[in-house]
Amino acid sequence: MSASTMKSATKGKTMAALRQIAFYGKGGIGKSTTSQNTLAALVDLGQKILIVGCDPKADSTRLILHAKAQDTVLSLAAEAGSVEDLEIGDVLKTGYKGIKCVESGGPEPGVGCAGRGVITSINFLEENGAYDDVDYVSYDVLGDVVCGGFAMPIRENKAQEIYIVMSGEMMALYAANNIAKGILKYAHSGGVRLGGLICNERQTDKELELAEALAAKLSSKLMHFVPRDNIVQHAELRRQTVIEYAPDSKQADEYRQLASKIHNNSGKGTIPTPITMEELEQMLLDFGIMKTEEQQLAELAAKEAKRVAALA
Amino acid sequence: MSADHENDGVFNEKLIEEVLSAYPDKFAKRRRKHLSVATAASDDGAAEGDDKALTECSVKSNIKSIPGVMTVRGCAYAGSKGVVWGPVKDMVHISHGPVGCGQYSWSQRRNYYVGTTGIDSFVTMQFTSDFQEKDIVFGGDKKLDKVIDEIETLFPLNHGITIQSECPIGLIGDDIEAVARKKAAAIKKTIVPVRCEGFRGVSQSLGHHIANDAIRDWVFDKKEIEFEATPYDVNVIGDYNIGGDAWASRVLLEELGLRVVGNWSGDATLAEIEHAPKAKLNLVHCYRSMNYICRHMEEKYGVQWMEYNFFGPSQIEGSLRKIAKFFGPEIEEKAEAVIAKYRPLVDAVVAKYKPRLEGKSVMLYVGGLRPRHVITAYEDLGMVIAGTGYEFGHNDDYQRTGHYVKKGTLIYDDASGYELEKFIEKVRPDLVGSGVKEKYPVQKMGIPFRQMHSWDYSGPYHGYDGFAIFARDMDLAINNPVWGLFDPPWKQKDKMPLLEAAE
Repeated sequence: MSASTMKSATKGKTMAALRQIAFYGKGGIGKSTTSQNTLAALVDLGQKILIVGCDPKADSTRLILHAKAQDTVLSLAAEAGSVEDLEIGDVLKTGYKGIKCVESGGPEPGVGCAGRGVITSINFLEENGAYDDVDYVSYDVLGDVVCGGFAMPIRENKAQEIYIVMSGEMMALYAANNIAKGILKYAHSGGVRLGGLICNERQTDKELELAEALAAKLSSKLMHFVPRDNIVQHAELRRQTVIEYAPDSKQADEYRQLASKIHNNSGKGTIPTPITMEELEQMLLDFGIMKTEEQQLAELAAKEAKRVAALA
Repeated sequence: MSADHENDGVFNEKLIEEVLSAYPDKFAKRRRKHLSVATAASDDGAAEGDDKALTECSVKSNIKSIPGVMTVRGCAYAGSKGVVWGPVKDMVHISHGPVGCGQYSWSQRRNYYVGTTGIDSFVTMQFTSDFQEKDIVFGGDKKLDKVIDEIETLFPLNHGITIQSECPIGLIGDDIEAVARKKAAAIKKTIVPVRCEGFRGVSQSLGHHIANDAIRDWVFDKKEIEFEATPYDVNVIGDYNIGGDAWASRVLLEELGLRVVGNWSGDATLAEIEHAPKAKLNLVHCYRSMNYICRHMEEKYGVQWMEYNFFGPSQIEGSLRKIAKFFGPEIEEKAEAVIAKYRPLVDAVVAKYKPRLEGKSVMLYVGGLRPRHVITAYEDLGMVIAGTGYEFGHNDDYQRTGHYVKKGTLIYDDASGYELEKFIEKVRPDLVGSGVKEKYPVQKMGIPFRQMHSWDYSGPYHGYDGFAIFARDMDLAINNPVWGLFDPPWKQKDKMPLLEAAE
């Protein structure tokens, strides 16, 4: 009883300084890459960081640890019998410039309940003081918030700022809007806020404008437009962040900019105003990304006419 | 007296309104549909020769309970493990999931059986896969595989295994069917996966249905069966042998010259279930929990089914004659002989207890078949039914109830704790028959009570033997001298005055 009171008291003290952020976004958008590069830059600003990977694939800390984490919370807990049998030291690894990393892990695809795994892991980390003595906790969450477990990081007393990684692709925009809906759901009960959008360039049409427009619609802002650069892949192949692999590159500087923007964004998150599907589609129409049915039909008719003419 | 008894319908109508008045409008509107008073049956509808219904007592039923009303309903797991599968004695039933569901259903519900527990029979034992957090996260199929191996090692004389799913199995999507197939091939025994996750459906009723379907899909037509048929083969379906009910029934059927191939599922073996489709007739006692499989056997194997009632001499006689008629004059003759043989016993029981019970009123609130089936047994003792209701009945149950209850009887479906207490308080019957949760509040109200789910640690109540015990038990409850000592505080004139509350 007294031990737990003490623990929560110390947690209360560190909570004030602790910033908890999370990266969400469509699967394959580059959440893990963006977050690790940004956090590597953030550590250069003198921040002590803990990364919590909440993806059964356990690849949220690969670039920081220079290897895929083998000892995930859940795999070790399964070996030991239960999560109560684990020590925090068993799962907490230290990577690039002292960044602490932990991977939740989870079952192989198609088995069990990965969502419950995320809940188990995060509770374990909190109860065992993994959040003591750090300035930042960053959650890297599986692409789709498929169930309550993957919403765990945005619930009460978890991440206060969510950064949505997106691009100018239509599905990425849909996903961003959906995540905003999730944040809105918990914004009133838990105080979670949308920190901003991070556009990971895919070189689609009018990408920057579209990203800015969506940010405005969501009552948020575009934190940074990260240009596409192959150097990111080169670094990734070497299991490194660009910050480590090519610290003097232009791309490293982009991530540094993003890091300092996030660092200065404390308390500036907003309650998002997600839009309806119709509004989103209208926005895409306005930008000429999506065609109306009439346009599509007209194009089809023209094509058909051409084909008939060619045959004749 | 009881034959032309009529309850005070007007009083009961008013009572329902009074009970509903405590609810917010929206909720009252909803609950009103579940409460009613039996009205005179319309003349049309009943075909020539059919038993004509006495009354109509249709209420809305089989609808989701409202959280917080203290419903007495169970869940789908309770319906499958607790009711249908659990009594099958030579199979091991795994409560698959966290330990609680198994722990609280341990020992079953007095489904008696012959056999050596832990050697060839397992009904009162409890097997669970005892899910831990890691089984939820990583899936429990591997553990289930191991549990089956352990059962095979520890209890090699089991004739099969069923997997009774608890809620998490459905939530995490474990593939228990694949495990069942794999292990069945490995150990060469029947393994039945049952998807009776507790969150499915509105009560235990869906669990019965799911369990019936599992018999259809995982037991029937799975083995070559050698079976020497006779023209008098019957199955007893829906007798769970509570306190020995099935044995008291079976003896009568055998005296009739019938051969009971299987008794589902009290004291049953897997073989009895496998053989069932070979019989000539299914005799259905608990219609609610096993009508599904009877309809299937009729459709697929041409086995006809017939409902019967072995509670109390009037129903027993009627049922024996009805069953005998199916088999022809020879058996009908025997039926008359059986009835005549037990007549002295019945007369003695009635002579002894009727004077002590005559005119006493009863309110029932139970599940399955009892809210209607036991009514005539009370009436045989001169008692009257003031109200009855089902925990998890469907529309067809309430239709059938019309054949039993008199005009003006109070009918309540899925009654809440509040409703039932209020009804009992206002009607003040001489006896209440319901479950253990209702027992003590009712007794504290100064009203005798019998727990009618498992016969209050007594039984059997089926058959002629059961009727004697039934009559004795009701007398013990109602005429217990303790009720004469029940002095409410406002009648304790000579005692110290109550202290006033402190400021």
